[in-house]
Amino acid sequence: MDRYDVVVVGAGHAGCEAASAAARAGARVALVTLDIADIGTLSCNPAIGGIGKGHLVCEIAALGGVMGEVTDRATLQSRVLNRSKGPAVHGPRAQVDRKRYRSAMSEMLRNYPRLEVVIAQVTALKTEGDTVVGVDTSNGIITASATILTTGTFLGGVIHVGDQRTGGGRADASASSLGDALRKLGLPVSRLKTGTPPRLDGRSVDWSRVPMQQGDVVPMRFGRQAGQHTPQLPCGVTRTNAQTHQVIRDNLHQSALYGGHISSVGPRYCPSIEDKIVRFGDRDGHQIFLEPEGYDDFTIYPNGLSTSLPPAIQSAFIATIAGLERARILRPGYAIEYDYVDPRALAPTLAVKSIPGLYLAGQINGTTGYEEAAAQGLIAGANAAAKVLGRAPIVLDRANSYVGVMIDDLTTHGVTEPYRMFTSRAEYRLRLRTDNAPRRLTPIGIVHQLIDSDHREEFEKEIVDALDARRLLDTLSASPSRLDAAGVAARQDGIVRTAFEWLRFPVMTTGALLAVWPEIARLTPAIIESLRVDSKYASYLERQDEDVASFYRDEHVEIANDLDYRTVAGLSHEMMGRLVAAKPTTLGAASRVPGVTPAALVALLPHLRRVR
Amino acid sequence: MLDSAMVVVFPGPATATGEDVAELHLHGGTAVVSDVLEALTRQADVRLAEAGEFTRRAFSNNRLDLAQVEGLADLIAAETSSQREQALALAGGALSSFADLWRMRIIAVLAQAEAGLDFAEGEADVAERIAEASSSVLRTLADELDALLIDGKRAARIRDGLSIVVIGVPNVGKSSLVNALSMRDAAIVTPIPGTTRDPVEVSLNLGGIAATLIDTAGLRETADPVEQEGIRRARARAANADLILHLIDPNDPTVTRAKNVWIIGNKIDLSPHFASDVDYRISARTGDGIAAVGTALLAWAQETVRPGEPALLAHARHQAAFSDAVISVRSAAEATDDVLRAEDLRRAAHALGRIAGRVDIDDVLDMIFSQFCIGK
Repeated sequence: MDRYDVVVVGAGHAGCEAASAAARAGARVALVTLDIADIGTLSCNPAIGGIGKGHLVCEIAALGGVMGEVTDRATLQSRVLNRSKGPAVHGPRAQVDRKRYRSAMSEMLRNYPRLEVVIAQVTALKTEGDTVVGVDTSNGIITASATILTTGTFLGGVIHVGDQRTGGGRADASASSLGDALRKLGLPVSRLKTGTPPRLDGRSVDWSRVPMQQGDVVPMRFGRQAGQHTPQLPCGVTRTNAQTHQVIRDNLHQSALYGGHISSVGPRYCPSIEDKIVRFGDRDGHQIFLEPEGYDDFTIYPNGLSTSLPPAIQSAFIATIAGLERARILRPGYAIEYDYVDPRALAPTLAVKSIPGLYLAGQINGTTGYEEAAAQGLIAGANAAAKVLGRAPIVLDRANSYVGVMIDDLTTHGVTEPYRMFTSRAEYRLRLRTDNAPRRLTPIGIVHQLIDSDHREEFEKEIVDALDARRLLDTLSASPSRLDAAGVAARQDGIVRTAFEWLRFPVMTTGALLAVWPEIARLTPAIIESLRVDSKYASYLERQDEDVASFYRDEHVEIANDLDYRTVAGLSHEMMGRLVAAKPTTLGAASRVPGVTPAALVALLPHLRRVR
Repeated sequence: MLDSAMVVVFPGPATATGEDVAELHLHGGTAVVSDVLEALTRQADVRLAEAGEFTRRAFSNNRLDLAQVEGLADLIAAETSSQREQALALAGGALSSFADLWRMRIIAVLAQAEAGLDFAEGEADVAERIAEASSSVLRTLADELDALLIDGKRAARIRDGLSIVVIGVPNVGKSSLVNALSMRDAAIVTPIPGTTRDPVEVSLNLGGIAATLIDTAGLRETADPVEQEGIRRARARAANADLILHLIDPNDPTVTRAKNVWIIGNKIDLSPHFASDVDYRISARTGDGIAAVGTALLAWAQETVRPGEPALLAHARHQAAFSDAVISVRSAAEATDDVLRAEDLRRAAHALGRIAGRVDIDDVLDMIFSQFCIGK
């Protein structure tokens, strides 16, 4: 029997991040996986990041996490999405080599201090009274003070292709016994579904008929290690057409989804091709991206063709698409139904409120996406370690991070469909940017001992440089006529502005800046860009400061953990029911519970405690 | 046995308060009612409702929103029929659904903008369909909201009453006119110039429209600090008045005409000749010509307020919400950065959401997913 501080079940994105975060924080960690080759598997599309998701990866990196660095080592195409939009919504995204990603993650974790990878199948949770004290595995019992489940779609997973169904998360063995264990512990478990497209043989694609999309000329990085960029591979772009839609429409009854075999809810933003035809039949075509899965892999991931039609029909509609006339399917697409736990059962630390010692992270909490899973893994891992080591929990909030927005959404609203990060979910979007993720989160990471000494030194130097840069731009100033003399065509309004204030004008390119104030040359381009964004958003940020201040006023008012809502005078039955279901921990969280009225909040006031 | 009565039980939540309600229909009479009340309140868990408690319960059970509660308060305070009509519309949720309609219009544009931010690149057919968040659409929206705000002044006049200020030099007969119009001795009338120091207010009911007639201190140079203050207040009231009745007498020099000012020549019993053109000739002392002024005021009130036509933005809170929305929509129209445009539209939707409820991101996402085919 082995004893650990923290045991993590599952080595997907949540599991890897949970195990490494707990280990960084100082806990002895066991990461249990069925197969060593499963570590860091990209089970769906071969890409990390994107709009909103890229923010999550940068935040993970700012907290010392592993996803960003592993992505950098496996990138085969790098692109910043939304470049034409404001900097707050720039979405860094990397197409990655599947095998390289797995091997880089595996290598990193196998060399991680205090972390041990255990190959075994987890069969049950080990409990003492109502406390989880470890797991039973095919290779014996592993005891641990904290257990983190990151089992993805494996809990009660059922795969649908046409009218055929097979058990198992992805193509492997399912963990339905664990699902039953969670039900027995009284956790609210329901079903969700998602899907994946067929994989194609790239050698059978007629690339001459497919326009190619290249990556950015200057690739970006998520992590801190510089390292060599590998050559970039392009993606193909093609479209469905009227003929494709006709084939799908004619065979809709054979789809698992529309044939009545699946009733659970799928994500609206990641619809199957059947969904797209049914719901948006008026469109003349839908874009399909042909994404390479690796440098030495001819597999192509046709992003946009998720389907649960029978394999023969999949072949038939694919053959109608330009460039795919002769495409060979390596593996058909499928839909998968799986168990998830209503995340309202979780505290913001991702600990299960009713079961001491148990944490949940990733798809098991009703989310979708690698980045969403990894971010939860990091928070669950850091908190499990903090609990075991007797330290303060780490709770991020809506005003400091997308991670905080996501966890607050999950734990106060629950989910009705697989939850994905969007920038529109963030009230304070202007201040939650990828460029300032370290400034927002690394200090928190340092406090919670998630940042190693190299990272810390680097960050402290960056912060000093950034403050120094801001001070410099605040000290320098110029009138429009002086700008004119330096060859910068500014509006002659006679107003003297500081260099920081001038930075928000489009005419102030870095070249113009240097022409007026040569001393700015000592600042790095990255710092200038970050300050440019600050300057551009300054007036909005100031206005938002008031909102943030009022947000924190409510956030710092705690609701006692054991508050019996039946004793709260003036609370209606309906409000009582909503609050009992969500068990908000702060007045702010209570105000975000759907349907809770201002009057109910007023009724709560006598039962609150102001902290800090 | 206290009475033979009918008892009606209304099970919640479809009741006025959202809770179970029982009504006792008793035979009238002080003794019956008081004895039944006494018998009921002797029960351990029965007490009389506090003032406004039923409304508060309805509010906390989501049966009424904030604007409806305000409407109910207005209804109870209504003195004229036009105030009652307006309050009833407010209490019935007319403003809430109206504000919600506008909020949804803004959210529709916001959804376009947000879709452009979250899904534009390759992931959806969004890009070619986001024409709606364009500047011209936003400007039109802001203009329409502005028109509402202007009409909102009318609503405020129905609720708060029209204000009519009487000005003129000392002892021209202002207080006599106020008394004659209101048919009661609200202002002290004396032959001593400078008798009125504080503005004196008299309520008028102009054919179902509430109005306040304000007598002011006579405008003149004076060394008396109390009278000076009275004159300052008189000028301030006149500046905010819906109508000014400028009273002159046959001895007064020419006065200049202005908008919303009626020049009324007083003391026609002494002399019919005035230095200025006058709109009405009266004798406040004998009552000559007063009826004509009264009739003119009635017509003017009807024309200004147009009772019967719905006007909703009566409360300063509601006007502020709409005016915040206009400012944000205009700012969105001028925004050069898509994120800032969305930010402004969020503010606008939030401002209108304040009237009844609040803005939920789910509203925006629902709209996005119903309009666009999202997802690779």
